Amino acid sequence: MTIGYYPGCSLEGTAREYDESVRLTAGALDIELKEVDDWSCCGATSAHSVNHLLSLALPARNLALAESAGHDAVLAPCAACYNRLARASHEVATDSELAAKMPKIIGRPFANSVKVRTVVDVLREAIPSIKAKATKPLDGMKVACYYGCLLMRPPEVSGSDDPENPTCMEDVAKAAGAQPVSWNLRLECCGGSMSVPRTGSVVRLGRAILADARAAGAEALVVACPMCHSNLDFRQSAMANRGEAPMPVFYISQLVGLALGLPAKELGLDRHFVSVRSLLDNRPAAAAKEVA
Amino acid sequence: MMSTEAQTVQSENATAHLPTLADELLRRTGRNPAKCYQCGKCSAGCPMAAETDHRPHDVLRLAGLDRREQLLASESLWLCLGCETCTARCPNDCDPASVIDALKAMAVEQLPDALPKPFSAFHHAFLDQIKAHGRISELGMMVSYKLRSGALFADATSGPGMFQRGKLHLKPPKIEGVDEVRAIFKACEEDGQ
Ligand code: SF4
Ligand code: SF4
Repeated sequence: MTIGYYPGCSLEGTAREYDESVRLTAGALDIELKEVDDWSCCGATSAHSVNHLLSLALPARNLALAESAGHDAVLAPCAACYNRLARASHEVATDSELAAKMPKIIGRPFANSVKVRTVVDVLREAIPSIKAKATKPLDGMKVACYYGCLLMRPPEVSGSDDPENPTCMEDVAKAAGAQPVSWNLRLECCGGSMSVPRTGSVVRLGRAILADARAAGAEALVVACPMCHSNLDFRQSAMANRGEAPMPVFYISQLVGLALGLPAKELGLDRHFVSVRSLLDNRPAAAAKEVA
Repeated sequence: MMSTEAQTVQSENATAHLPTLADELLRRTGRNPAKCYQCGKCSAGCPMAAETDHRPHDVLRLAGLDRREQLLASESLWLCLGCETCTARCPNDCDPASVIDALKAMAVEQLPDALPKPFSAFHHAFLDQIKAHGRISELGMMVSYKLRSGALFADATSGPGMFQRGKLHLKPPKIEGVDEVRAIFKACEEDGQ
């Protein structure tokens, strides 16, 4: 399978290991990612706060680029990029006036023919192949699958799974041999978009999420968004209560990659702030050896 | 695009000189704030409800009451995380998240001097990066944010830990289509939304 790939700005910087692990894991599953040539920022976080049309036009340029490259689907690993791209596609599809003026605004032909997909969605489709290729399944590692706010939204676009009670991430984690725990705050927002202008709110929200995952018996969190990861991993020392062991935060692509036997270093696991070492050390020998 | 609903709201206010806030929100979002029946479901799930003066159902109510200045000058708008929980759960399709976005855009246009500094500094820094390079340089954005907000020593995703882990680049990204991106900004600003 070939699919257009829209990494987005975070995956070129603070979320580099998300990019590395998505590319590597997709490759191991025979999913060919073709990066959208000359992609630009989707405007996430800010464009929608100041100019509605801009918040649709910036993603539309990227959809148009993917379209002209012949793709019928584009993978956006960042939940915020996904939400902005999917929203632009949805609004253009439901507003004929907007559809008519968009090519002029972005200076490119645009038929809005590309479907926007998340990493979880693509991995879920690949479950049979994950199971077949999982040479190092995760041995029942207890994980809290954290969807956060934007992965399943807008619901009219995200489609197949129930947006208020999704199971797609748990399904993928199970295929990797992990054991998803049942917990409450898996769809609560971690406040990632406010990380810079209002750090205090973000610490409050993150602390509640970590506490709930811990109370449910999770050994690690699994996320599919660079902002969730940077919040919950990078800021964890500010969020944890005294005496609590730090909780590693995996990207779903890293979790699957480990199960497929891909090297931990190449999956970017040593770029995390909270070390995954002690957790993997108690797992099957191969994974532990890779980190050491 | 003007729906019949929009025409009704407008004709009801035909005597007023200025469109009401509800009119303007309807034009911008396609949603009529008067449809909100104040069930509070949006605010029940709002992660920022504990911190803001105006929770999403309060925003809808104040919009219906035409409290333009009160709303446009409120910090509450800027505290919205854009998580869309309210929108996903509203039983009445009022889309509070889009209404709040529209109010923010109106505040930028109509009351630019009243914007809370950390938020306006952040959004300007973010959009300036896109205009300059076509993509966000996280490092460049932090520098620009700190200069604009005056919060020079605030924690801001920088620090040696990010460098050590190969997570920050010194060189800003640059795409070939950066002029194309600038033209998109211009076209959107001129569109008068
Ligand atoms: S959930 Fe919808 S109808 Fe209920 S108060 Fe909020 S905006 Fe109004
Ligand atoms: S989008 Fe804003 S108002 Fe709506 S639930 Fe999230 S933080 Fe609250």
